[in-house]
Amino acid sequence: MKLITGIVALLAVGFTFLQLRPSAEMQLLYTNGIEPQGFELNCNCPPGFELTDGNTCESRNMYQMYASLEEKGVGGLKTALPEVRDGFSPQQTDLGRYLFFDPILSEDGTVSCASCHDPKKGFSDGKAQSVGIHGNVVSRSAPSLWNVAYMNRFFWDGRANLLEEQMKGPLYSEHEMGTTPESMLERLNENNTYRQLFAKAFGRNADETISDTEVYTAIAAFECSLVSLNSRYDQYAHGFHEALNEQEIEGMNVFRSFVARCAECHTPPLFTNQQIAVLGTPEPDGKPLDIGAQGVTGDASQRAGFKVPSLRNVAQTAPYMHSGRFSTLRETVGFYTQGRGHAVPEGEKLILHWHIWEPELTDHELDLLVAFLQTLTDESFMPMIPKQVPSGLPTIASNTKPSV
Amino acid sequence: MKKGVVILLSLAVFGLGVFLGSRFLGGKGSTPALPYGSPLSSVPDSLQGSGEVASFFRGQIIEVKDGESIQEAVGKANPGDLIRIYPGTYHETVYIDKDDISVQGVREDGEWATLDGKGELNDAILYSGNGVLIENMKIMNYKGNGIMGQAGNNFVIRNNWVFDTGVYGIFPEFGKNGLVSHNVLSGIEDAAIYVGMCDNIDVRNNEVFNSVAGIEIENCRYALVEDNYIHDNTGGILTFITPGLPIKTCKHVIIRNNFVMNNNHVNFGQEGSLVASLPRGTGIIVMAADSVYIENNIIAGNNNVGVVVSDLSFGAQISKDAEVDPTPEHVVILDNVMMNNGSDPVDDVKLAMATQLKKTGPDLIGNGKSTGCIRNPQAYTSFGLGHFTQCDAPSTSSIKSYLLPEPYKPLELETMEKGKLAFYGVCSGCHAYDINMIGPPVQVIQALYKDNPKGLAEYINNPVKKRDDYPEMPPQNYLSEETRMAVAEYVLSIGQMANKGMGRYSYHSEELKEKSE
Repeated sequence: MKLITGIVALLAVGFTFLQLRPSAEMQLLYTNGIEPQGFELNCNCPPGFELTDGNTCESRNMYQMYASLEEKGVGGLKTALPEVRDGFSPQQTDLGRYLFFDPILSEDGTVSCASCHDPKKGFSDGKAQSVGIHGNVVSRSAPSLWNVAYMNRFFWDGRANLLEEQMKGPLYSEHEMGTTPESMLERLNENNTYRQLFAKAFGRNADETISDTEVYTAIAAFECSLVSLNSRYDQYAHGFHEALNEQEIEGMNVFRSFVARCAECHTPPLFTNQQIAVLGTPEPDGKPLDIGAQGVTGDASQRAGFKVPSLRNVAQTAPYMHSGRFSTLRETVGFYTQGRGHAVPEGEKLILHWHIWEPELTDHELDLLVAFLQTLTDESFMPMIPKQVPSGLPTIASNTKPSV
Repeated sequence: MKKGVVILLSLAVFGLGVFLGSRFLGGKGSTPALPYGSPLSSVPDSLQGSGEVASFFRGQIIEVKDGESIQEAVGKANPGDLIRIYPGTYHETVYIDKDDISVQGVREDGEWATLDGKGELNDAILYSGNGVLIENMKIMNYKGNGIMGQAGNNFVIRNNWVFDTGVYGIFPEFGKNGLVSHNVLSGIEDAAIYVGMCDNIDVRNNEVFNSVAGIEIENCRYALVEDNYIHDNTGGILTFITPGLPIKTCKHVIIRNNFVMNNNHVNFGQEGSLVASLPRGTGIIVMAADSVYIENNIIAGNNNVGVVVSDLSFGAQISKDAEVDPTPEHVVILDNVMMNNGSDPVDDVKLAMATQLKKTGPDLIGNGKSTGCIRNPQAYTSFGLGHFTQCDAPSTSSIKSYLLPEPYKPLELETMEKGKLAFYGVCSGCHAYDINMIGPPVQVIQALYKDNPKGLAEYINNPVKKRDDYPEMPPQNYLSEETRMAVAEYVLSIGQMANKGMGRYSYHSEELKEKSE
């Protein structure tokens, strides 16, 4: 135990240095061969998962008591969720956790997945637009990662259908983590701890090199463990109606009413139907229109279309919309009642979603909606943030922020 | 053919007499009759006679009198109960998030139990429970819906009088196995009856008028629209796929024995809504839906066109959806009576007529790609459907109903299975098998409650602080009594089961290290 404390202290000195010259310091760490020791991979599944004889973690929750129409995972209160992504091993999941929090994945050792998907901020970052490597401000807001195991469309513009595809975006974007597969694998393969951990997680010898596929699998495994299904809303859904107060129930009724129509796209139990919708939300001042899904499909009818986000834990993930234009939930729900297309730039012809209309909600109803949205918060299965990671680089938990 | 005439004649009697539904409403005297049983357990009585089956409700009767709250009664009701609402005006939004609740208006001396939103409230009735029955209610002046269901299966909505309830009159969504019958609806700015993303639905014996769209079957499978009187709307019956929805097909729809008459109402749909571009005078639209059968309807006096068969290029501007097949396939038009349609069609139709030097407007028109057949094509004026073959498809009469032979059953799980789902879904955040987490290990709990699942279930419901080394457990009273008992039994069984993997869970190693330090 003393030994570990000693190493931590030693590293802390390193981190102070690191704040000023991250990449140089990282180089130093490697050349000196200083790697924190004592990493083990958990052989137990995260909460919400059962360990099988085949050493895989299978998702278990109360929504599995229900069915859904056409097995699409959309409906009402007692409706099954969409098909879940599970079946990773506990070791892969835990390795993914280290990778997720380890800035080693970024080119200069300053940015980890958790930089923009911070567990303390609903696995988002609290910023309107996320900040990547070298202080680059990217064009969109970081989405939450809660319940991604149930999703089949990723990125605001929906351009990936698999987490493994999605993560290549930020990893290899020059504005986000700024690395390349070759360079990332070189860093990982130079790290003895990672070589051991990957070998263990993937059941092979440590003298074989780490592959990019293994990196993607491990991170996907960790992300799929982020399950949030125990909010007060869920208690209501499962039949305990006292879980919500009168105001929150009224808010739920506004939410599902065909006047506000929130539930038509933010459909329970995931609170998204995972479709692309054109809302016509305003961009931040001075920013041109983000064409969203049109940039992916080339289809003009999807101009400014974005993926409908899940609203689970939404109270934790301000600011809102693709470019974080709205700083509060109240402001966000207010958007929908200010007139169809009121924020569409002049000269733009967007094919707005048919549920964008003139619901004329009262201020009181907007307040009720916010009250209801706050009942969707549940972080009871929050994972442990590692205090140290195999690279020895500072993590978001070490309270030393990389210089920007 | 003769049989067809007989059916049409009997339909005529029905169509004019939709208020015959009042035969459900009981006789005279101080105790109005209780509802008949669920037609879901047999073929509909309109085809089969009396429909005398087992009682729909099986619990208590809760009465609501004028001046009282319907919602309070729903709050008190348990599955199986019947809520009887006496004549009076009720100004509220009623939501039913429980299973097997019946809501029945009682009619006395011609007076109705009336839900009146006074133009202030959003919806009259919202339900998500299964087995909900709503009948004999008068519903008016709401902004959103008369009756809206989200995911309730096995529903019955019948004998209601719904008008001026905003966007939709009766709107079941995400439901399986439901009946919408003998309702009278008018003054709805979108669809009077809107069946959205449902399976196995019968819509029969309704009168629908003065609305923008009469009956919509959208992204559904197995829907029967029969014996309805649909008149004086902008459009009569619409069956179609809306792109951009999570359920992406619409197929196996029978439109049979309906009157689709004079649907020439000016379109008063909201700007931006899908029906806002619906041309007035349109009898039936089949858009992108597959295996649609149109049989034995009287389709008359619709000034634009009798029946439109179209791909998704028709109508509203809407974002494309690569996962939707836009082409209607296997559209089967059997014997129908079509007359006086197309007397004042939209410009596109006029143009089509001009190119063929026709002066009579269309009974049938095709737009874009489609496949299908027409029986007796020479009987109709028709444009754009020359590629349809001559039908040799038989009549749909062998299909009496698309309802399931028995109510759709919820998943049936063993007690242990339920306990396991609740344990991993909820308890595993704090408890592991043989290691300390936020709460004590399962092994310790097992030692304390050996052979006493009831005691454990009670503790789960109402915990008391027992140990200094753990934080106090919050009450898990939101779990039902049944679930608490199932969890208790499961927890006490962990480790005794053959599956060795079971019981080895917890969370990450560091947390464990911290605990052990």
